[in-house]
Amino acid sequence: MCASVMNVIDLVAAYQTSERNIVVVDRLNLSLPKTGIIGIAGESGCGKTTLIKVLYGLIEPPLKVLSGDVLIRPDNENALSLLKMSEKEINRLRWRFFSYIPQASMSVLNPVMRIEDQFFDQMVGEKVGKSELRKQLSEYLNRMGLPHEVLRSYPHQLSGGMRQRVIIIMALLFQPRIIFADEPTTALDVVVQRGILEMMRDAQRSLKNLLVVVTHDMGMHYQISDFMVMMYSGKIVETGNAEEIFKDPLHPYTKMLISSLPRIGDKLKREGIKGSPPSFYNLPQGCRFHPRCPYAVPICRKEEPPVVNINNRSVSCHIIG
Amino acid sequence: MKTLNSKRIINVTKILIDCSKRSKKFSFGFYGLLVFVFVGFILSPLAPFDPRIWNTAPRDRPPSLQYFLGTTSTGQDMFWLLCWSIRSSLTIGFVSGLVVVLLGVLIGLIAGFKGGLVDHIVMLVTDIFIVIPEMPIMILLVFLFHKMASLLFLSGVIALFTWARPLRQIRAQVLSLREREFINTAWFSGRNTFSIVLKEILPHLIPWILALVANFSLIAIGFEAGLAVIGLSLAQEATLGMLIYWVLQYNAIFRNIWWWFLPSIFAICFLFLVLFCLYSGVTDLITREV
Amino acid sequence: METETPQSLLLKAENLTKVFRIGGIVLGTRLTAVDNVSFYLEHGKSKIMSIVGESGCGKTTLAKMMLRILEPTGGKILLEGRDIFKLKKKQEKWFKQTIQPIFQNPLEAFNPLIRVDDYLFNTATNLCDASNKEEAIKIVDESLSSVGLDLERVIGKFPREFSGGELQRMSVARALIPKPKIIIADEPVSNVDASIRMNIVNLFLDLKSKYNISFIYITHDLSTAYYISDLIAIMYRGSIVEYGSAEIVMTDPLHPYTETLLQAVPRIGEKWDGKIKLSGIEVKEFEATGCKFSFRCPYVKDSCRQKRPPLTALKDGREVACFRY
Repeated sequence: MCASVMNVIDLVAAYQTSERNIVVVDRLNLSLPKTGIIGIAGESGCGKTTLIKVLYGLIEPPLKVLSGDVLIRPDNENALSLLKMSEKEINRLRWRFFSYIPQASMSVLNPVMRIEDQFFDQMVGEKVGKSELRKQLSEYLNRMGLPHEVLRSYPHQLSGGMRQRVIIIMALLFQPRIIFADEPTTALDVVVQRGILEMMRDAQRSLKNLLVVVTHDMGMHYQISDFMVMMYSGKIVETGNAEEIFKDPLHPYTKMLISSLPRIGDKLKREGIKGSPPSFYNLPQGCRFHPRCPYAVPICRKEEPPVVNINNRSVSCHIIG
Repeated sequence: MKTLNSKRIINVTKILIDCSKRSKKFSFGFYGLLVFVFVGFILSPLAPFDPRIWNTAPRDRPPSLQYFLGTTSTGQDMFWLLCWSIRSSLTIGFVSGLVVVLLGVLIGLIAGFKGGLVDHIVMLVTDIFIVIPEMPIMILLVFLFHKMASLLFLSGVIALFTWARPLRQIRAQVLSLREREFINTAWFSGRNTFSIVLKEILPHLIPWILALVANFSLIAIGFEAGLAVIGLSLAQEATLGMLIYWVLQYNAIFRNIWWWFLPSIFAICFLFLVLFCLYSGVTDLITREV
Repeated sequence: METETPQSLLLKAENLTKVFRIGGIVLGTRLTAVDNVSFYLEHGKSKIMSIVGESGCGKTTLAKMMLRILEPTGGKILLEGRDIFKLKKKQEKWFKQTIQPIFQNPLEAFNPLIRVDDYLFNTATNLCDASNKEEAIKIVDESLSSVGLDLERVIGKFPREFSGGELQRMSVARALIPKPKIIIADEPVSNVDASIRMNIVNLFLDLKSKYNISFIYITHDLSTAYYISDLIAIMYRGSIVEYGSAEIVMTDPLHPYTETLLQAVPRIGEKWDGKIKLSGIEVKEFEATGCKFSFRCPYVKDSCRQKRPPLTALKDGREVACFRY
């Protein structure tokens, strides 16, 4: 891959409680390419939401970055450290260099402002006039299947699905280089869900930017992710082309997870993984997955596995490579 | 039922210490209250004679080694008088507060959990009592039954007017607890209504009960002080309110008898503060837990 | 259609309706959460019936009615021939011995201030007539081992000391204790981690054959519903729109909504082809006088908007609520 748009280097992020720091993202390394759809997968508590918050600069107590760095290239040349920027500098990048689509149940919309005004608000400082903006918005609304009246409405007058689509328009408006979407379709109608995902994919294809989709729903990853990053307990266990990962998963966790999911049309007996994901208060020594791994060997219990690169894929496991 | 053995006491102490660490308000309120309880119940019985009796000491003497807080215009030793008044006020406060909250819990649990007609009737009655203007009727009652007056009677009258509010708060809690899934699990485990209310719901209410006792003790003491200042409290008793009454009667402020009025005012304000912090600290801790 | 008499049916729901009033008696609106739903479960071989639908379709309300947590506005439910809303005091125990729940959120299903084993022992004592402590322990131990848990590990602990998956297993263990004939599981794996979901789903299959317990499995997840069910009922806005054997309904759907559901859910195995068109019109589908799905149906005709299609039985034992059949 040529120069990436964002580089995560040895990131360690933790939540501070009165007693100690609970490390939720542990020495994570990731290189985000300039274009494509990257799916970050993992179960609840694997650290993916925390990771996205850090990558979008939403680092508020009790969340704290303990070490490592996140480098970005907003003007395609120099690598700047996101973590060293001031809140003001990061704000200037928001919606323009990168944007964030939160879970459908939360909202970034101001409940006391009309939708239209919220867009105008974002435009302060831009050289585009109101009428030009209205035209752009109309186009987007059409594409999203939203009626024109939406612009003059207040957020509470719209349904959850419509609100989420408005937020997506906001996220796309300035054609940012990176769009982070954290569980963008939870709590939405199944039909609306597919529509939104397809729309986000279309937008990415035409803008040729990077869409990062974070979800635990493997079905969603199968449908729209080009490239996948599998997380477990704060660490990345496997990355690679999504189709290849589904066809031939390498890491035992990925393998067992994918094979545990039932498919409609075949009644093959499926097994879950025994045990449960470890709590961050009490992490196992060595490989975090070893207590549940049927292939564990003695070294798995002692040392954390290295990252092995095979053909554009990477796995973090002792028995592979 | 609950046994008062050493293990329980140690557990409770541990919880109290933990709470004091987690909330400054709570620790201020709790330790402050302990100070008042010490002064009122441990110090005051040590008085060499009944401080309520007038003219047991020379009048208007400033503080000295013999009279730690000086003497009042009514010829009483201020220090022992203050201790005694704290005791009386605390008694009124706790008796009222405890009665009112326990009553509220009993009725609130039934009304909240059963719902339906029982709940509607209870709500109607409490609404009436909340709307009634307390002061005029309390004044009337105390005026009429002036002969039966005692600390307990006063506590009773105050309780009559304050019981409605804690009941509503408890009932609100019960209403929300009733909807929780574990109540259904309890039903399907074969528990009956009584057992569910006692074992599943009541434990959740305990912190609220403590907070409400603190709050309504404060309210009771306040009511007594209010009655006292207009001369309707018990003249033969010594309470913090009565202290202020006599201070006003004898014009102590203008006569600059600071050792009489300052400690009186300071004591009552500080007691309010302490009880309020205790109440506020407990509710803070409850909401933080959630 | 049944040719059996009511007594020979294990569970029969007849014309169940539940209307909620939102916003007060005078100015409020009505929401028909469950609209004239009927279905049944037979005695004999245990079956797993799934009730599938999206959030808001009424499936949870239906579950609550079957468990007597909510009273229906209309219709009735017969358990082994008896109307469950007209039970005598003595029969309430029988009810709890015959039908048991498993709730969605394992953390909410238990009181955080009470030890988990308390619930298990209570169920053993109250519903199984365990006469002394040893008997109760035996019953609880047996139940825990059928779900793969150990009494030693569980005893004396509070809910917060367990993981979500373990708590859900304990919910199942508790429900098993009175050896019920039916277990109603309301979204039992939605709040459980993906990697252990199948452990619990497989457990249901296991218990069905081992103890002959029928399950009513309520979910929005089509894949697990397909995996586990014998029968499936698809709900939309309070009504059952299609019903039949799980295998056939999901591989050869008849009702337009079932088709839509199967196409729209992101599944592993088949990539989406074609595109979904979204509209901005979100109408009060609950209040429709005609077919509730008519606003979104690709096959809609005028007649669909006027009359509500009834659930019609077809030759292969399926039932569909659509005028096309």
